[in-house]
Amino acid sequence: MIQLRKNIASSDSGFIFNPATGDSYSANPIAADILHHLKSGKSVAEIKTLILGKFDVEAGQLEKDWDDFIAQLREANLTEN
Amino acid sequence: MTAPNQQPTIVVAVTGLNAIDSPGPGVAVIRAIREGMKQPVRIIGLSYETLEPGIYLHDVVDKTYQIPYPSAGLEALTGRLKYIHEKEKIDVIIPNFDAELYNFIKLGTTLRSLGIETFLPNLEQFEARDKINLYAFGLKYGLSVPKDKVIYHANELYACAESFGYPLVVKGKFYDAIIAHTLEMAQKAFHKLSAKWGFPIIVQQFIHGTEINIAVLGDGKGKAISIIPMRKLYITDKGKAWAGITLEDEGLIKLANQFVEATHWKGGCELEIMRTAEGTPYIMEVNPRFPAWIYLSAAAGQNQPAALVNMALGENIAPYTGYEVGKIFIRYAWDHITDVSEFQKISAFGEL
Repeated sequence: MIQLRKNIASSDSGFIFNPATGDSYSANPIAADILHHLKSGKSVAEIKTLILGKFDVEAGQLEKDWDDFIAQLREANLTEN
Repeated sequence: MTAPNQQPTIVVAVTGLNAIDSPGPGVAVIRAIREGMKQPVRIIGLSYETLEPGIYLHDVVDKTYQIPYPSAGLEALTGRLKYIHEKEKIDVIIPNFDAELYNFIKLGTTLRSLGIETFLPNLEQFEARDKINLYAFGLKYGLSVPKDKVIYHANELYACAESFGYPLVVKGKFYDAIIAHTLEMAQKAFHKLSAKWGFPIIVQQFIHGTEINIAVLGDGKGKAISIIPMRKLYITDKGKAWAGITLEDEGLIKLANQFVEATHWKGGCELEIMRTAEGTPYIMEVNPRFPAWIYLSAAAGQNQPAALVNMALGENIAPYTGYEVGKIFIRYAWDHITDVSEFQKISAFGEL
């Protein structure tokens, strides 16, 4: 389970704001979707299923990109764990 | 109940009208006061130089008087303030420059006897947080501060570099800081800053991290009335914030509360913080007055200048409890047009 920090603000357009640091980021549509699902408390497996159903992406590619994306979130200090 | 337009006008005198590339806080302080006071307000500008923009902004400042430079001494300042007070009946003075604060603090009792209130730290508080004493100040109150050394000769720089390593920060007595990566750079900075601000020079350990500033208003009894942390988003070559954003961070609020509780700070101040990657907030400097970005405090919901005026007038103000996170200020330059007759008045008569 990946938990975003409670105070992280994000919009449907993919804008992410960390109020503790003042940093802001832009996420592409898939990343914005993932963030939305993470915020609503969905599990990793559920989110991956939703993404595979909605976007034209191979499961293998999603796995690879997923790890990169989560690493970026952690590096930006946007996750609790 | 008295209608707002029947309330007596509060007369507030404010310095720091130099809204230039390294701006004084005066114009921002006035903007916040005009917005935040329930009573009508008359603003008296106190200027040092004839081209301070605030002098000519008549919707900001109602009337400006030049006052003598701090180096002219207490007597000259007292005489001038008495003259201005006779004409304007000042209720509160808010000085906004580090270099003038010593005189205004010393004059506190005299001003009060004239009926003018200030809301300033005492001399002990003022001097304890001076750059020269910052390291001892941090040790005394258990606050994280960088190591430093106060020096009077350029040949002491080598020893500083030996103990702090490079880069190190060379700081002027009142203003300015230069990051030096070599001994030659440090020597050049030493000579430049000592020529501009005099001695001593402070050499400080360089702390790598994110620059954060905190605007704080203390009640003088150990309670913080307002704390607004801001991260600089755009920094000028003089190190000044040209854009910034309010932050939500319990650690910063705790640090500012700890500072006010320990020092019983009275009035406005700005804590300059460097937060390391590990999250440790180091206090790099304590500026003993409102910062130039203080209007952001009002925009975020905690009007520090207006609260200070009310406290100076004897009102008990409860500490603010919330503010808007993610509020941004973006400073801009504007060519204000005036006539030479205005310039002539302030130049010839010291009043406008």
